[in-house]
Parts: sequence; structure tokens; C-alpha cells
Amino acid sequence: MFDSRKQWVVVVVCAATVAWVGCGPKRAAITVAGSTAFQPFAEKLAEELMAKRPDLAITVQGGGSAVGIQSALSGAAQIGMADLVELPPEAKSLTSVVVARDGVAMVVHPSNPVQNLTTDQIRGIFNGRIRNWKEVGGRDEPITVVSREAGSGTRTSFEQIIGGIRLTPDAVVQDSNGTIRETVANDARAIGYLTHGVVNEKVKTLKVDGKECTTEAILAGEYKLVRPVFFLFKGAPQGAVKEFLDYVLSAEGQEIIKRNGLIPAK
Amino acid sequence: MRLPPKYTQMTAVAVLAGATLVTLAALFFIIVFVLHKGLPVVSWRFLFTNPQEMGRAGGIFPTLVGSVLLPLLGIAIAMPLGVGTAVYLTEYTRETKVTQVIRFGTDCLAGIPSIIFGLFGFIFFVVILRMGWSLLSGGLTLAIMILPTIIRTSEEAIRAVPYAYREVSFSLGATRWETVVKVVLPNALPGIVTGLMLGIGRCISETAAVIFTAGSSLRLPQSAFDSVRTMAVHFYILAREGLSNENAYGTAAVLILAVLLVNLTAYWLMHRFIARRTK
Amino acid sequence: MKFNREKLVERLLLVVALSAMAALALIAVFIFKEGVPFLLEVGPRQFLLSSDWRPQEGRFGVYPMIVASLWVTLGAMLIGAPLGVAGAIFLNEFVPRWVMRIIKPTIELLAGIPSVVFGFIGVVVLAPLIRAHLGGPGLSVLAGAVVLGIMVLPTVISISTDAISAVPNSYREGALALGATRWQAVHMVVLKAARSGIVASLILAMGRAVGETMAVIMVAGNAVKVPHSVLDSVRTLTANIALEMGYATGKHREALFATGVVLFVVVMILNSIATAAVRRRFGTKGTRK
Repeated sequence: MFDSRKQWVVVVVCAATVAWVGCGPKRAAITVAGSTAFQPFAEKLAEELMAKRPDLAITVQGGGSAVGIQSALSGAAQIGMADLVELPPEAKSLTSVVVARDGVAMVVHPSNPVQNLTTDQIRGIFNGRIRNWKEVGGRDEPITVVSREAGSGTRTSFEQIIGGIRLTPDAVVQDSNGTIRETVANDARAIGYLTHGVVNEKVKTLKVDGKECTTEAILAGEYKLVRPVFFLFKGAPQGAVKEFLDYVLSAEGQEIIKRNGLIPAK
Repeated sequence: MRLPPKYTQMTAVAVLAGATLVTLAALFFIIVFVLHKGLPVVSWRFLFTNPQEMGRAGGIFPTLVGSVLLPLLGIAIAMPLGVGTAVYLTEYTRETKVTQVIRFGTDCLAGIPSIIFGLFGFIFFVVILRMGWSLLSGGLTLAIMILPTIIRTSEEAIRAVPYAYREVSFSLGATRWETVVKVVLPNALPGIVTGLMLGIGRCISETAAVIFTAGSSLRLPQSAFDSVRTMAVHFYILAREGLSNENAYGTAAVLILAVLLVNLTAYWLMHRFIARRTK
Repeated sequence: MKFNREKLVERLLLVVALSAMAALALIAVFIFKEGVPFLLEVGPRQFLLSSDWRPQEGRFGVYPMIVASLWVTLGAMLIGAPLGVAGAIFLNEFVPRWVMRIIKPTIELLAGIPSVVFGFIGVVVLAPLIRAHLGGPGLSVLAGAVVLGIMVLPTVISISTDAISAVPNSYREGALALGATRWQAVHMVVLKAARSGIVASLILAMGRAVGETMAVIMVAGNAVKVPHSVLDSVRTLTANIALEMGYATGKHREALFATGVVLFVVVMILNSIATAAVRRRFGTKGTRK
């Protein structure tokens, strides 16, 4: 009796699983994939749009800008997100639209007395030429350079805009904005760069060439460290894809982007 | 000059006890740290509402669902495959060069970084087999990842069953398969369960492989072809993009409690099973 | 009738075993297919021995990463193996059964904690500690080894515990009857009998240590240079792959897969050394059947 009851349970469970695996209603579904930095923003925008349009199903994935490009090319996603300064050759066949911009802030530990660095000083520090804080007006302590990984959009734009940087091999490398912030927040001698939407009271932003890293300064073109966020499509956007794109570029969409720490596209 | 055995024993026990204490201290520190920072955030609302404001507010409900379904699928695939392979390698074949090569191969695969499994899963399941980012892609990839552990632990467990047990079974007229099912496996159960626990642990805590295959969608899955986000991935995204350290710790706290619950339940079930058999 | 069922079962199990092997072989093929062409193109010597890693400029040398992986793994095993095996012995032989029954699941709990959590705690607690008391940037070989060592503890302890408790009590009783102390019984008889299980646990642990990515990325510092002390910041092979794979295309991507191939080979070498060392000390295991 016990045995046959157990067998029954197994059969029922298997049948239910098969039914669940196979079925599932289909709506107008699109997948957006790519940049992990923009992913939370895309999720928020998708959430807002789906609240108005319940017939749309927008799924947002991460994986990084390269995954975004690959997915757009292979069709695994209808929209690819990439936050690179320049799109690589394989992305040339895709249609690209700038949906937001991102400011890059220079950060140090709150206890660091330095307030401002010139572009030249930044270049010297990250090249390993300037090794001690006292050379730029700080305490007599060695500088811990913290950078992003090779290929990161933040890093590429940082290095391109400052110019002439060959990162010192002594630099500590972290793989995301959050970890750079934690690293700098825990090391009084560290200096790093990250997206300005992630800055909080645990780190201090520096002025670059006398200019503060604020949304206003970036929109006015005064603060130089900025990079674009792209939406990539295979061919021209249509249907649900176009609806999402239009929403992101609309006044409401751009306001959401601005409110959460990024810079609007225009 | 050799110390009398009594003194060697005392030193040995002291050293062993010390080592165990260090291990337990590290373990408790981590658990206490996460719970201390995370529990204040956890509430019924936290568990059952969706994340809002990009994860800075709201709860983690969809990730809870993801963390249940995905490991379930992973072990549902890996356990039969793994234990079956272990049974085959130990009971049905002799110890030849081939089995040694297979064992060596599985051990090596245990050392492949999870990101490679993730990429493999992405290219094979998501793109080539067109499963998209889904529970299926994730479950299959996770199953392959924990397969070496399951095979190895099950193999060791089965081999530990004394040969005498099998001899007695055969002498009573049982076939090989009957022996395996009724004698060997029940006695190897504790070891197999260890492999199961380690496998579950790995599935629940895996991040890189999951992101590339099951994705990180915050919507509740309606079929096995839908993407899910697990709590581990959620922690990863929250911490990585610097969105909310508090909620990140909260997620980690829930994760730890969930794993504890699963482990304790599995052990309780196992003891009941053994107790019932020996009645 | 029964005879047919036996054959059927045997065939079924063969299929199962083969599909498991096939899945694993698929991954191996995948890595090699993507990585080997690149290795042949750039030349293994250049790839393995050059210390210059600047993908933007087309330079791909992974020597510092190989050294880093070896140092960090070695460190992790030096911490995790003794602590783990000692813990397993203590919990099994010198402690009442009920204590072990509570502690074992709690330790296996550690296996369920995501590596990113370990990494995060490492950045926020461990690295500053190292920096304050030992110097250096804090994010270092030492930090990586400690975090990894703790991460492999559940594997070592759980599996070793199983191996030790599987040793029949008659072995222990026999030793004690001959006048041995508990410790002598343990290290002369029980450990030898549990040897294969303990070694299995260490091999799995070593594999896990070499292949760990997330935690190491966060605490080891990822500087591309050959370490001269345990306080130096280093980048392991896995960190190298994970850091840049998200953005890499073309040659850069192939180089990362080639790193995966190197990783595979390193794991194979480490495993062979481990199995060979065991076999030499204790003799080849005879066939069980």
C-alpha cells in the first residue's frame, strides 16, 4: 500500500511538471539584454511601461555589454544594451540609439584632504608616475590606484578622455561600480573612478580641473568625463520594441533616468 | 626519545580541537555578520513584495521563487544522472583504465570556473538550442556543474559499503540490481545525501553561471522557459552596482536561513528513512 | 523475466553514465575549441611566459596569472586542508555523536553562501584588517587564500567526515583491543582506511579553489603582476577570465578562452600530482570485486 501510494505521487508530480514545462501563455514579449550598469534603469522603465500597457511583456537581462551586442546579433534579445564609448566592429551592422549618458566621478576616501585634481595629475597618478599623495597636496602616503577592468565602458571612456594613460601594473582592479566604491570607502589612500549615480556619503568626489561632477555641469558640457549608453537593434525598431524605445526617450522616461542618477540623452 | 602515547594523544586532541574551534569561529563570524546586518531589513513584507526603485526598496519575492525552482530543477537532473553513473562505475564495471580516466576527467571538470559553465550554457542552451534565458537553460547548466561532486561523493559512499553486505545479498538469491537498490544504496545514503547537500548549496549560491543562463528577470516565471532571478544573483546585482547594501545583506540573510532550512529538512528526512528501515 | 530486467537496467545505467560523461566532454570540447586556435596562433610560449597583458594593444601574456593562481590555491589548501581534515577527525572521533549531528549541517550551510557574499565580507572586513596590521593594499594573495580556504572547508569537512565515519567500528575496536590509545587507533588505522575519501575531498576542494572566481575577484586585487610577497595584489587565471569576458570580443575573447584551456591543464596537473602522491605513499588500490 505504501509503495503504490508513493508511486502515485511520483506519477502525479511528473505529469504536473510536464504540463507546467510545456504550457505558458504567450504575450507580446521582448527581451532586453546587455549592460549591467543600465540594467536596473531598464528594469525600472520596463516596470513603468508595463503598468500602463499590461499586454506587453518586457524581460530585462544583464551579462555585460558584449553579451548585449551578441544577443542583439543572434536574436536572443530584441534590444541590446551597451555602455561602451565606441561600438566594436561586429556591432556596426546594428542600429544604435543613445538613450542616456553617464558621468564618471573621481572618488577618494572622505578623510582625504585633496579637493581637486587636474587632468595632468590624474594621468600621472594612473600611469604610476605620481606615487604619493603629498605630490598633489595631500598627506605623505602612497597612493592606492583602483581601476576597472580592461574593456569596461567606464574605464575606456575614462582613459580616452583623460588621454595618454597606460595603467600602472600596481593598480588594484575591481569589476564593478559597487566594489570600487566599497574599496575606496575602506582605504584612506585609495583613488578610483565610478559612475556618478552610485556615489554616496561613503566616498568623496573630487573636482576635475576645477569642475564638479554634477548633472548640471555635465549637461552644460563643463565636466568632461561622460559616456553614452546605447540601445542596439537588428534593423529598424518596430512594434513592441519601438514602443519601449519611444518610452525610454520620452520626457517621462528621461525624467526617470535623471532621477535615478544617470544623465538624459539630450 | 618518544613521548608516552598518553601525551601524544593529549597534544593531538588539543591540536585537533583547536583547529575545529578556528573553523567554527570563522563560520560563526560570517553567519553572525550577515544576519546582524541583514535581519533588520527582513520582514514578511520583504519576503513577499517585489523589488522597487531598482532594488533600493521593496522586497525580494520573485528571487525567492527563483531560488527555489532553479536548484530544484538542477538537482532533479543531476541526482539521477550522477548517482546512476556512480552506481554504474562501481557496481557494474571493473576498475579499469577507462574508469580511472573517467574519474580523472570528472575531477578536472570540478575545477572549471563557473563563468565558463555560464558561457557554455549561454552559447549552447540559450542561443544554439534556442531555449533563451530560462529555468531550463539554467537548470541544465547547473546540473552539469554539480555533476562531478555528485558522482564523486556517491562513488565514495557506495564503495564504503562493505563487500560482505553484497555477498550476503547475492547468497540469498538477489540480483545485482536488487542488491543495489535494497542493500547498497540505503547504506550509502548518508554519503549520497552529503553530495546532495553540497550540490544544493552550489546551485543556490551560484551567480556567474546563473546570470548567463537563467538570466536575471524580476518577473515571476510562468513556465520553465521563463527567466528567473535567484537571491544570489540579486545580492550580486545589488552589491555590484552599489544599489543598496542594506537590501543586499537582507537578501544574504534570507539566503542563509533558507539553506539552513533545506539542509536540516533533508537530514531529518534521511534519519526518518533510516529509522523506518531499521525498525 | 528477471534476467531481462537486469540486462535492461544495466543498459539504462550505461546510457546514464555515458550521457553524464558526454555532458562533461561537451564542456571540455567547448573550451578547447574556442581557446586552442588562439594558443596555436600566438604561440604557447609567448602566451604562457610573457608578463605583458594589455589586450587593447594585442598583447596577451598570462604568466603573472598562472603564478597568482598557484600561490592563491596553495595558500587556500594550506589553510583549508589541515583545518578541514583536523575538524573532520575531531568531530568524528573525539566528540559525542549528537554534537556532530548538529555541527555537520551547519558547516554544510557554508556551502550555500554565495561566493559574492564571501567576497564582499572580504573587502569590507578582511582586507582593511590585513592592510592595518600587515601593510600593503589589503587586497592580496593572503586575503584571497584566507577567503578561499574558508570556502572549501565545507567540502573537505563533509566528505572527510563521511569517509571517516564509514570506517567500520571493528577496525577501531581491533586497534583498541591491541592496546592502542584512541589517537593511535585514529592515525594508524582509521585514517588509512578513510584515505580515499579524504583524498577525494581534497581534490574536489582544490578544484573548487582553483576555479573560484567571484570571491577572488573582489579580494585579491587583480593587479597584473607577478607576486613577490603574500601581501601583493594579484590576478588569478579565473579572475582574468571573469573580469574581461563581459566586454571582450574577437581576439581578446579568444585569449580568455585560451586562459580557460590553461586553467584546465593546471587543474589536470594538480590532480595528477595529488593522486600520484597518494598512490606512492599508500600503494595502488586493489580492485574491490
